[in-house]
Amino acid sequence: MRAAEDRLLLGCLRLAGAAAGSIVLLIVAYLLAEALPALQALGPLRWIRDASWHPAGGAGAGRFNLSPMLIGTAAAATGAVLLATPLSIASALFCRFYAPRRLGGGYRRLVQLLAGLPSVVFGFWGLVVLTPLIGRWQPPGQSLLAGILILTLMILPTISLLAESALAAVPRAYGQAAAAMGLTRWATIRQVMLPAAITGLSSAILLGAARAIGETMAVLMVTGNVVRTPASLLDPVRTLTANIALELGYALELHRSALFVSGLLLMGMVALLVGISEALRPEERHG
Amino acid sequence: MSLPLRPQPCLEVRQLSVSYDRRCVIDAVSTVMHRSRITAIVGPSGCGKSTFLSCLNRLSDLTPGCRLSGSIRLDGDDILSARTDLIRLRRRVGAIAQRPNPFPLSIRRNITMPLEHHGLRHRDRREAVLERVLRRVGLWREVRGRLDQPALALSGGQQQRLCLARALALEPEVLLLDEPCSALDPVASGVVEDLIASLRGATTQVIVTHNLAQARRLADDLIVFWTDEGRGTIVEQGPADAVFTSPQSAITAAYLSGSRG
Repeated sequence: MRAAEDRLLLGCLRLAGAAAGSIVLLIVAYLLAEALPALQALGPLRWIRDASWHPAGGAGAGRFNLSPMLIGTAAAATGAVLLATPLSIASALFCRFYAPRRLGGGYRRLVQLLAGLPSVVFGFWGLVVLTPLIGRWQPPGQSLLAGILILTLMILPTISLLAESALAAVPRAYGQAAAAMGLTRWATIRQVMLPAAITGLSSAILLGAARAIGETMAVLMVTGNVVRTPASLLDPVRTLTANIALELGYALELHRSALFVSGLLLMGMVALLVGISEALRPEERHG
Repeated sequence: MSLPLRPQPCLEVRQLSVSYDRRCVIDAVSTVMHRSRITAIVGPSGCGKSTFLSCLNRLSDLTPGCRLSGSIRLDGDDILSARTDLIRLRRRVGAIAQRPNPFPLSIRRNITMPLEHHGLRHRDRREAVLERVLRRVGLWREVRGRLDQPALALSGGQQQRLCLARALALEPEVLLLDEPCSALDPVASGVVEDLIASLRGATTQVIVTHNLAQARRLADDLIVFWTDEGRGTIVEQGPADAVFTSPQSAITAAYLSGSRG
């Protein structure tokens, strides 16, 4: 009886696991299949060597340089992660170790609300409030900086909530030992809690970075979308995601396939991030 | 070992009551623990022994809803006063938990990190303390070649000795031990017990134990806790020999002879 139940459960779990895995594989296969015509027609180098991005002319007259958008995506995501990480970890530490119980609970609700806010709302706010503000200082306002700030706001709750649960998973005994040794709260956090939670914290940052790379709508609304490698924070940029969203509606043949190449690039960037965090993960300790 | 002829009080507890969310778990207990001696606290499960111990270094503050009343004097200062410097108190009163709880750091950092935070600036002096306390607990020869490896890779008995070394590094006046051997195998338990015995005369020790044979081997003074409808009280206390050989209360006599509790 027991054994039969266990076998059934095992079967279901295997099925679910296989389904999840094959969905990822199918998406990659589809992206590859759609990107293949462009990759075959243009080779590996024209994506970075062409003079510009004017993909409508076919293999001969068209120009297919993706690097300004690749740089745009990387710059926006990096900036957002650099800004959001310290803020989010500070927020998680406040919530976990410093806030009185009631205040901490209310604060957590607010952060959860921020995490659930639709990205178009962030974009809308960025468009009507943030970019004019930057524009008054340095026109036109629609810029890499605006993209970074909006992305920071968007990934802040993601990193903060995940960081807090990583801190909550640190065994109580460590905190007790630290208190019994007469360590101050800050020493306990810095020497014991943060090192103990480092794996969870780095995956929190990683997921925030992946969200920043993948975010489309809000970024599209505030960055100006000019295809040009940005020379400063105040230049307009176009990200890979925004490029797909802007052009897929009318793209044909090679142009359409080229957009799938940029999709493949995005997937590759996220895979790289996962690989890096996997490599940084300390070996499992036993005992 | 040479004990002073007349034991001097180190910790004096008067009318201590403890409640969790208004539920009284310790009811007006009074007792004295003497300097440089080992005081063992025995009694059945759930009678408030560990709670009592956690009041002596105010670790009870970490439990939400925990309220204390009465007074606990350490060398005359009331440690329950709101003005007590908890950092300093916990430096003076070290504690060892039931389950070994080294920090998830290297063996070296487990000892040197707290020293650094308590103001020992010179690296050489920290290293000297490291070697001295690891020798003191008999770990030095076992771990000298792998001081930078994670403390959590040590065996349970080694971890507990590391925790003892970590506490001793701060040179506490009092050491609180909450069933320090109960999570260890018999051999490791014996090693830790010998260490506790070897600290007699140097440090005031208060040990909670379920093991009556251990209490008989270690204790200079004995405190017997009992529970009265969930409220912990002290039914008997005094020099261990006297309490073991001629207990005054019938409950204690039955408990110590193994027929109750």
